[in-house]
Amino acid sequence: MSAVAVPLRLALVGNPNSGKTALFNQLTGSRQKVANYAGVTVERKEGRLTAPSGRQYAVLDLPGAYSLHPASLDEAIARDVCRGFYPGEPAPDALVCVVDATNLRLHLRFVLELREIGKPMIVALNMADAARRRGIAIDVDALQRELGVPVVETVAVRSGGAQALIAALDHIGTRSAAPQKRLAAHERDDAGESQALHAETRRLLSLAVTMPRRTARIDDALDRWLLHPVFGLLALAVVMFLIFQAVYAWATPMMDGIEAVTGWLGDWVGGALPAGPLNSLLVDGIIAGVGGVIVFLPQILILFAFILALEESGYLPRAAFLLDRMMAAAGLSGRSFIPLLSSFACAIPGIMATRSIQDPRDRLATIMVAPLMTCSARLPVYALLIGAFIPQQQVWGVFNLQGLVLFALYMAGIVSALAVSWVMKKWRRDKSEHPLMLELPSYRLPHPRDLLIGLYERAMIFIKRVGGIILALTVLLWFLLSFPAAPADAVGPAIDYSFAGRIGHAMTAVFAPVGFNWQICIALIPGMAAREVVVSSLATVYALSASNDDAAAQALSPLISDGWSLATALSLLVWFIYAPQCLSTLATIRRETNSWKQVAISAGYLFALAYLASLITYQVAVALGAG
Amino acid sequence: MSMILSDLPRRTSATVEAVEDRVPNDAIARRLRELGFVDGEQVQVMAVGPIGAEPLLVQIGYTRFALRREEAARVRVRSNGAGQTGVGQA
Repeated sequence: MSAVAVPLRLALVGNPNSGKTALFNQLTGSRQKVANYAGVTVERKEGRLTAPSGRQYAVLDLPGAYSLHPASLDEAIARDVCRGFYPGEPAPDALVCVVDATNLRLHLRFVLELREIGKPMIVALNMADAARRRGIAIDVDALQRELGVPVVETVAVRSGGAQALIAALDHIGTRSAAPQKRLAAHERDDAGESQALHAETRRLLSLAVTMPRRTARIDDALDRWLLHPVFGLLALAVVMFLIFQAVYAWATPMMDGIEAVTGWLGDWVGGALPAGPLNSLLVDGIIAGVGGVIVFLPQILILFAFILALEESGYLPRAAFLLDRMMAAAGLSGRSFIPLLSSFACAIPGIMATRSIQDPRDRLATIMVAPLMTCSARLPVYALLIGAFIPQQQVWGVFNLQGLVLFALYMAGIVSALAVSWVMKKWRRDKSEHPLMLELPSYRLPHPRDLLIGLYERAMIFIKRVGGIILALTVLLWFLLSFPAAPADAVGPAIDYSFAGRIGHAMTAVFAPVGFNWQICIALIPGMAAREVVVSSLATVYALSASNDDAAAQALSPLISDGWSLATALSLLVWFIYAPQCLSTLATIRRETNSWKQVAISAGYLFALAYLASLITYQVAVALGAG
Repeated sequence: MSMILSDLPRRTSATVEAVEDRVPNDAIARRLRELGFVDGEQVQVMAVGPIGAEPLLVQIGYTRFALRREEAARVRVRSNGAGQTGVGQA
C-alpha cells in the first residue's frame, strides 16, 4: 500500500464532555498547532497523525456542539466546518464522531444529525472502559449495522486506547461511500426532525444497549455533598482558598528565580556592550520590560493548572451551578466564575477564558469587569504603599491593620465588578432571556497528559500575545524616558528633561485634585505597560539606583512616607483598584472582542471610575486632616 | 397530573410530555428538545441552587443539566406518582 501524498483531512466532532479533546491528544500527541479560525476568536486545533500503515492524517479538533442548529459561535463553526462551508477552511474528507459511551442517549442523537450531512464517518465510542465499569453493555455490531457507519471503541485516557480507531481509519477512503441510511424525506423537515431523531435514538438504544442504572453512584454521592446549599458553598470556599494559597506561595521561588535570571542577563548584556542608546534599549527597555511580564508566568501557570484540573474533573460546572443565581443578579452568569477567578492572577488569561461563555452579552459583561479583579501586578504597588503609610498594628486584637487594608482593596475590586455589571445590565435595552442550560458531566480523574498539553498551550498563547505588544510598548516608553538627553550642566535628574518628564509635569494639571505630585504622574506613564513597573519608575524618579523592585521598595518607602501625605497615598491605592493601567489587557480586549469601541468603553469607564474614586478619597482624607 | 418542570418537587420521578415555545421559534425550547427533553423521557430534579432555589439540577436520561427556573418552566411533565425512582432500563 503506498502512502497517500496529501494527508486525509479528518474532523473530530462531538458533544461537549465526550472526551473529544483527550482523544485528539491521544491521536496527535504534541504535534498540534493552536490558532484561531479566520476572523473569530474560536480556538482552532489541528494535529498530525501517521498511522502504522504509513498513511498521513490531518486531524482537526472541532469545538464541542450539541446540535447542528447552533446556539453559539463554537457550534456554528463546528457545523460550517463539517459541511465544508467555512470560508478558508477545506472541507474534511471524513468525520470522526466522538460519543461518550456512558451517555449515548444524548450523544447518539447528534450522531444521527451528523449522518445526515452524508460524509464518510466513523463513530468512536469513547470512554468504553468507564461504560464497562458501570455495567453498560453495548452491542457494537448491532449499533454499527443499524447506524450504517463503522463504530469502534476507544479509551482516550489509556495509551493505545485509540488503536481500533486508527485501524478503522485506514479502511476509510476519500471516495468511500457515504452512509446509506438516512431519515425519510418527510422526517427531514424542521418540525419532524427533532421527534424523528429522538425516536430513532430510542430504537438504537433498545436494540444495542443495556444499562443497569441511569447514573454513576459516585456522581450521585459527590453531587449530594458538593451541590449542597451549605456544604457545597463551604467546599467551594475551601477550594478557592487552596488555589490562592498555591498561587501566591508556590510561585514565589520561581518568580525570584526569573527575576534573578533577568537581572543577570541585564548585567551581562550591559557589561558586554559599549554604553550607549543600544545598551540602554536592550537592558532598560527590552530585558527589564519583557522580564517584568514573564515574571508572572509561574503564577499564571499554577492557576491554570488548578483550573484545568478542576475543569477536567467536572467540578467547574458545579461551581457555576452554585454561583449562578448570585452572578445572574449582578448581570453576569455562573459561567463567568472561571474567567473572573483567572483574573486574580492576570486579566489577560481571564479575558481569554471568557471563550467558554456562549452567550455574547454575558461574555462581554465578563470581559468588561475582569480588569477589576485584583491581578498580581498590583501587589508590588499595594505592598509599597501599605508598608510606607499603614501602621503595623493590631485591630480588635486579632487582625493586622495592613492585612485588613489589603483585604479591603481586594474586596473593593470584587464589589465594584458586581456593581459595574449590574449597572450595565440596567443600562441595556435588551431584556431578552439569556439561558444557562449547562451540562454537569460525570466526575472523572484528570489525565496528566491532557493537563500538560493544556498548560503548554496556554503558556504559549500568553507569551506570544504579551510578547509582541509588551516589546513594542517597552521600546516606546524607553524612548520617551531617555530622550531628549539632559544637557551637560543639568542639575536635576535626567528624567526631568525627557519627553516623559515633560508629560509628567503637564499631567499634574489634571491630577492635582486627586493629590498626585509630578513624580507620581511620571511613574504612571511607564506603569501603563505593566502596573508593577510603577514601583521601579518611582524609584528612578526619586533618583535612586535600584536594580529590582524589592530593593527599590525598601529604599523608596521612607522617602515617600516623608514626602507624601497620607491622603495622597490612599488616593493612589484607590487609583490602582480601577485604573486601566495595563495596555496588554486592553490589547487582549481588542483581540477577543474584535472591536476598538469596546476597548474605548472599558478604558474610558475604568479611567473615569479611577479618577472619581481617587478624587473622593483624596478630598475626604484632606477634609479629615490627612492632607 | 400535568405540571411544569420548575414546579416538580425534588427527587420525584416524572415523564416529559412536551417543551413549549415561549416565543415563535423559541431557541431555548429548541435546545431543550435537542438536549433530550422530549415526550416519554424520564426526568427528575436532583438538587437546587443555594440562593432562591435556583438553578435546578435536572437529570434527564443519563445526563445532568443546570437549568434556570425560566428555562425549566418550558418543560411540561407528568408526575409518575410517589415512591418511584428514576432507575430503569434504557
